[in-house]
Amino acid sequence: MSAIAVNGISKNFGEIQAVKPMSFSVKEGELFGLIGPDGAGKTTLIKILVTVLKPDSGFATIDHHDVVKDYHYIRNIIGYMPGKFALYQDLSIEENMKFFADVFGTKLEDNLELMGDIYKQIEPFKKRRAGQLSGGMKQKLALCCALIHRPKILILDEPTTGVDAVSRKEFWNMLQHIRTQGISILVSTPYMDEAAKCDRIALMQDGSIIALDTPQAIRDSFTYPIFGIRGANNYHLIEKMKSFPHLRSIYPSGEFAHLVMNQEITLQEIEDFAAKSGEKLIESKLIKADIEDCFIEMMQHG
Amino acid sequence: MVNQENIAVKAKQLTRKFGDFIATKELTLEVKKGEIFGFLGANGAGKTTAMRMLCGLLKPSSGEATVAGFDVYKEAEKIKKNIGYMSQKFSLYEDLKVTENISLFGGIYGLNRKEIKLKTQNIIEDLNLHSVANKLVRAIPLGWKQKLAFAVAQVHDPKIIFLDEPTGGVDPLTRRQFWNEIYASADRGLTIFVTTHYMDEAEYCHRVSIMVDGEVKALGTPRELKNQYQVNSMDDVFTELARGTSTK
Repeated sequence: MSAIAVNGISKNFGEIQAVKPMSFSVKEGELFGLIGPDGAGKTTLIKILVTVLKPDSGFATIDHHDVVKDYHYIRNIIGYMPGKFALYQDLSIEENMKFFADVFGTKLEDNLELMGDIYKQIEPFKKRRAGQLSGGMKQKLALCCALIHRPKILILDEPTTGVDAVSRKEFWNMLQHIRTQGISILVSTPYMDEAAKCDRIALMQDGSIIALDTPQAIRDSFTYPIFGIRGANNYHLIEKMKSFPHLRSIYPSGEFAHLVMNQEITLQEIEDFAAKSGEKLIESKLIKADIEDCFIEMMQHG
Repeated sequence: MVNQENIAVKAKQLTRKFGDFIATKELTLEVKKGEIFGFLGANGAGKTTAMRMLCGLLKPSSGEATVAGFDVYKEAEKIKKNIGYMSQKFSLYEDLKVTENISLFGGIYGLNRKEIKLKTQNIIEDLNLHSVANKLVRAIPLGWKQKLAFAVAQVHDPKIIFLDEPTGGVDPLTRRQFWNEIYASADRGLTIFVTTHYMDEAEYCHRVSIMVDGEVKALGTPRELKNQYQVNSMDDVFTELARGTSTK
């Protein structure tokens, strides 16, 4: 059963094709990630799904209800956390939550269990105005407000953008906890390293889905030999390796450079070439492509 | 002994208080010329206060610091002329043409007409932007925009450039190409001071410091820190350090 089903949805703004006709579905109980850079079409797609924007073509259902016709139903069963903080800055944590509970005809107390640790972390500050909270706290409050009516489906647009690494980690743990409560989750992010936290992901670029699968399967589908190499000076090493025969691509990736080859090659051959070029190679190893490597490959040759 | 001329940023027990609150406590570090230094910390850890002092925008309460050889107390104006700044979000004017952006920033930094003209030619040439020189910035691809922003931040030939989350939100190809540009600039002797929330950006830096509650709690190469904490990523190092304290 699909919590979300998208069939040929598209949306243009003037001449810009923000979302090109695309189809996919999110299963019930799934944590599904839309992963792509700014401008990939993530927010436009999400706005269509949460019924605040009409598609130009295609149709989509949320909990088997049409996003255009049945918007009233959908708005009651989804929890939506937009990319920009959209709560009342002048109301306290407590007042914001009461307000959203009233709007959805429910009580804060009824769903505390669902929020679990999230609410406990902000409860000590419940009298503080939302506008005076740190980024991480605002994000937790926004998540609580999105959960207040125990939605069937939670939709979050870039919840971790601009949040520090610790809060980011906590946030993903919370999403995984919420998922165990039977709530389906669609979440967008520009950060490729968050892909691993999702059950399945759609990689998006320029309004299209360029890959859709489990993070593991996407990584497994990378068929070229790829090596992590590290030299005394990576910049010089990369420049020299650019003339390596049968090279497909080479880019820095953290403290390593990722070397992708068009054909099988031994570590010895890499070491010999580096040595011949006068670059000291400290480490070289065959690695597994990460999501960024896969994304780059699909952008260039997909 | 390190030659003093090879030190781009030097801070010794640099402290800033706001009333009773110590925002930055005894910051001590040295950044070498041509180094890519990652300045990390959680929200509210005191990074911004420290950065403002190093950029000559805020007087320290105590301690010493020099940036590009200039004293943060007495030579703040000279510091401002010798540093550049770029953030992912707000660097260029989208409604101005590529060449107009270069002229604007050149003018702000006090370059004369002749220098601006030369600089514009050089940037267009170096980045191969001929085909888009007269287009609005909003109409050019993100990867080019980013290279242009980096070049514009260096229009006055600064010795040090401050990058704020330089690759947040960009596609991975643009991102890795941009880091290659950063490496190239560092190789030419430019010092790069990076602040970011994203620990996978920290992995690209030569050395990093991590601030927790106003103090530098770790300083070293990403490899040294990962070994020290016996973890596999900077993300884990960061979590180890920030845990148990304020994680708001």
